[in-house]
Formats: sequence, structure tokens, C-alpha cells
Amino acid sequence: MKIVVCIKQVPDTTEIKIDPKTGTLIRDGVPSIMNPDDKSGLEMALQLKDEKGAHVTVITMGPPQADLILREAYAMGVDRAIHLTDRKFAGADTLATSHALAGALRKIDFDLLITGRQAIDGDTAQVGPQIAEHLDLPQVSYLEDLKFDGEKTFTMKRHIEEGYQMLEVEAPCVVTVLSSANNPRYMNVGGIVDAYQKEVEVWGFNEIEVDEKNLGLKGSPTSVHKAFARGLKPAGELYEVETDEAVGIIIKKLKEKFILN
Amino acid sequence: MNLEDYKGIYVFIEQREGVIQNVALELLGQARKLADELNDKVYAMFLGHNIADQAQSLIARGADEVIVVDAPELTEYTTEPYTQAICQIIEDRKPESMLIGATTLGRDLGPRVSARVETGLTADCTKIEVGANKELLMTRPAFGGNLMATIVCKNHRPQMGTVRPGVLFAMDADENRTGEVVNYEVKFNTAKFKVKLIETVKEDTDLIDITEAKILVSGGRGIGNEEGFKAMDGLAQTLEAEVSASRAMVDAGYIGHERQVGQTGKTVRPDLYFAFGISGAIQHVAGMEESDLIIAVNKDKDAPIFQVADLGIVGDAKQIIKKLTERLEK
Repeated sequence: MKIVVCIKQVPDTTEIKIDPKTGTLIRDGVPSIMNPDDKSGLEMALQLKDEKGAHVTVITMGPPQADLILREAYAMGVDRAIHLTDRKFAGADTLATSHALAGALRKIDFDLLITGRQAIDGDTAQVGPQIAEHLDLPQVSYLEDLKFDGEKTFTMKRHIEEGYQMLEVEAPCVVTVLSSANNPRYMNVGGIVDAYQKEVEVWGFNEIEVDEKNLGLKGSPTSVHKAFARGLKPAGELYEVETDEAVGIIIKKLKEKFILN
Repeated sequence: MNLEDYKGIYVFIEQREGVIQNVALELLGQARKLADELNDKVYAMFLGHNIADQAQSLIARGADEVIVVDAPELTEYTTEPYTQAICQIIEDRKPESMLIGATTLGRDLGPRVSARVETGLTADCTKIEVGANKELLMTRPAFGGNLMATIVCKNHRPQMGTVRPGVLFAMDADENRTGEVVNYEVKFNTAKFKVKLIETVKEDTDLIDITEAKILVSGGRGIGNEEGFKAMDGLAQTLEAEVSASRAMVDAGYIGHERQVGQTGKTVRPDLYFAFGISGAIQHVAGMEESDLIIAVNKDKDAPIFQVADLGIVGDAKQIIKKLTERLEK
């Protein structure tokens, strides 16, 4: 079986803070990481490799420094890494991003395409299903688990609000994976050393199969009209008192707001 | 694409087992406001099987026309049949805009449709307004809720957006409103139906929807362990409230994902939100800051949760829960 995993390098948004004085983002010193949902998608692929001997390729689209997560993927155990990068891809929204990735994926043979459900910098959950559409493949999103029958058929467990759905799909297909699906393995020490010896294939517009008008800024139907930090509301009352007094203050507040009689 | 040809605000009416979901009514309420401002109409796209008897209720909630697509293929949601139905309506009717609930269903359907008709989709909007050129301005959180971005879709139609449950307001049912119900037939290409639904399994989550709760007792790291959650349960029972939590507690396995508040969980706006031992990372705050009254208890007087709290108590959350429950039980 051949598996391709789409991964993305993202700023660790849990480390971003807002300057309380100016209300702007403090981005300095924020580490870049492999997107958590993608990493669980990669782990799912590597487990299939462990069990069934799958060949695993990772692909990322991003600036030169995104090379780092491809090395990390090598150190976790993937067989091939592709770095999609070109000025023509810059300024892409989700649709234009999905076109670029689909253009690259047309050049790769696979039975299963895995993406994370969503990336923590945008939280849109759109690129996976959009790639599936461009490639005319069935999709299953919000994946928690997957079994392969060794022939052609995948049995999938999809998370929904009230529980889960069990679905059956034949290869080739596209899935988007939740970070809660598994605990990704660590890079192994030998792997880290080897990761820098291995080749990362760098692909640009000329290496992929896509209509140029669908790429980058001009291929993006959406644009940012404005961006702003969320306003801080005026601080409420703050008390540092003994437990009994604190409870009294809470009860008084609940009465004041008619939550208690 | 001639933008002039595109008219109407179309709302996807999500139903599960024939039950219209609240988020659909919230979207209708918002669409009604936008349509009144734009002097346009609201169309409800109601897909499913044996559901037609509920169509009229959507008019009372703000629709001018209900487009009913009743087909056995649409009994339970899978991506392809629903995508085909929505795309056929788009091709036929040329909607100016389209709103979908940002549920696990809507976030599966929305991007598939947007890619098929090649238009823009703004995910998880928290605010939708009309711009200077009558375009929709859709505002959403980005960078984990650290930043808000207003997105426009200038030259493509429909302008699509998803909105999370609990963010917008439904209008009260107005039985005097009039409108039309039409049956719409879709020609399915069944050769493309490749995903087979075997079963839908409901897990024992009491089927509680924390977005519906009037009072939430929410806990974070400061609650510590199972014992801490048990104490929160006690307080919640006394207040007839529901228990919810920050992401850390869900990841630690103390409580199910369906009770997670925040950017990757649910957006809530109860009358009262208790934040016990929650530091108030922006991802959490993004999901609860619209609550009417926020009472926060945390050991750290610099915790960011105090910036959004109406009442803050610097102290031990576990102690306060215990004492508060005792006092309320009296």
C-alpha cells in the first residue's frame, strides 16, 4: 500500500501571547511545530507501515524553513519527503492551497491520502476535503480510527457530536485525522542523524500538474478585509480574601444577578 | 461570472434523524437580519427523507422559501449525496450567499461544495455583516483565537460561510410569517457514491449539549484530578448546572470532548460561567467570553482569565467549590 500524508508547519498558537498594552500579537520566540492533527495523521500512516508494510510519503507546502518538519517526518520513519515551494503559491487561501497540493498529488501514486482535520493557525478544516474534490476521490473527515482489510477496503471510524459513525470506503480515498486518534511516536535517535542525510525533493510549479490561474493570490476567492486583535473588555472586580469571605462574595453576586433568590 | 445574477441568502438546514438542529435556526435568524438589510430573501435548503412536514416551521423562523429535497439517498448524511444536492441548487438558483452550521457535518460538506463550485468559504464565522458594496463581511478568529480576521469573497458566488452552534441568535417563531414551500428534485449521480455508512453509534454522553446550558461549572488544571471533578459535579447539581472543562482536562481524560469549551471545543454563552482553576488561555476565552456573567477562581492573581471575568477570586478553586456547595445546600 502507498500512503501520502500532507503535513503543515505552524506556529505553536498556544505560545502566542497578546501584548496587554498594545493589544497586538507577540510572535517573537514562538516555536514552529508540525501541526498536531497532521502529526496524528502521520502516526496513523506509520502504524499501517509497521503492520502492513506500507510506503509512506510526506508532502508539505510552505516556505524554505518548512524543511524542518520533513526532517522530523524522516526521523519518525517515513520513506519519502516532498517540499512544495514556489513564489507562485504565495498568498493562497484554502482553495488555492488545495489546488497546489492536488497538482502535486496528481504526480504521485497512492491508495490512501491522509491530512490532519485542521491546522491550528487557521482552524478551517477545509484543505483536506477540497483536495479530495479536485482529485475526484471520496473523503472521510474527523477520522478517529481506520482498519485496512489488506485488499482494498478501509473501515473507518468518524467522530460526530453524538458519538461516531462507522464507514466503509475503497482505496483510493482521502481522510482527515483528529489529533485525538493516537499519540504520535517520538523521533528515534538514529533517525534524527539519518534525517539530515536523506533527500527532500523540492518541487515548484513546473513539477506539478495544475492550472496556474488557480494558484496563489489570484487563485484565492477569499481575501482578508482587515485583521485585528480582539478587544480586551474592562477588568471586573478581583478579590484576594479567605475562602469563607470569597464564597460570601460569590453568593452576593449570584443574588445581585437574580441567579439565586 | 456575472455577480448581478446571484441573489438570495441560502441557509443549509441541518437535521439529524429528522430533528432540525438549533444551529440551523440560528443561521435563519441571522439570514433574516441580513436579508432585511439587503432587501433580499431567505431560502432554507432542507435536505433529508420524510421530513417535509417540518418545512412550514422554518418559515416561522425567518425563511421566505423552503426548498425541500426529500430523497432516500439523503436519509443519513454522507458527503457525496448532500454535495450533489447542494451543488445542483447552486447551479440552478445562483445564490448570492450560503450559510452552513460549523458542525462535524457542515465542516465536511462546506469545503467539498466550495471546491466543486470553485468559490470562497469562510470557516467558523463569529460575526456576519453587510459591507459598503453589499458584500458580506465575515469575521472569524485566527491564530488560535489570538487574532480576528474579517474575510470577504469579492468575485465569486455564492459567498459561503460556516458558523458554529451557539454563536448567533435564532428568532422567536412567528406563526404569522408567510412563505412558500417547494419540493425540489435532484438528479443523483450514484456512481460517485463511494462511502458506505455502516452504522451511527451514539455514545453515552447523556446527550448533553453544553451550548444549551444556562449555567456552566467549568474546570481546568487547577481542579487537578477526578476528585476535583466530582466536587464540581456536586456544585453543578446544586445549581442545576452542567459541567464543562478546558482542553487540558479533556486531553487528560477527566471529561469527554463534548464538554470542552474553547476554540477547538464549543462556543458557549450561558447566563453564568464559573471558571475554576482555568488560567484563561486565549483558546479557552474565545469559547466563553460572551457569557453574561463570568466568575473565575484561580490561585494565580495574574491569570489571564481575570481579564474577562466579571468577578475574580484569587484562591484555591477546590476549597471554594467545597464551601460554596455547602453554603448553597443549606
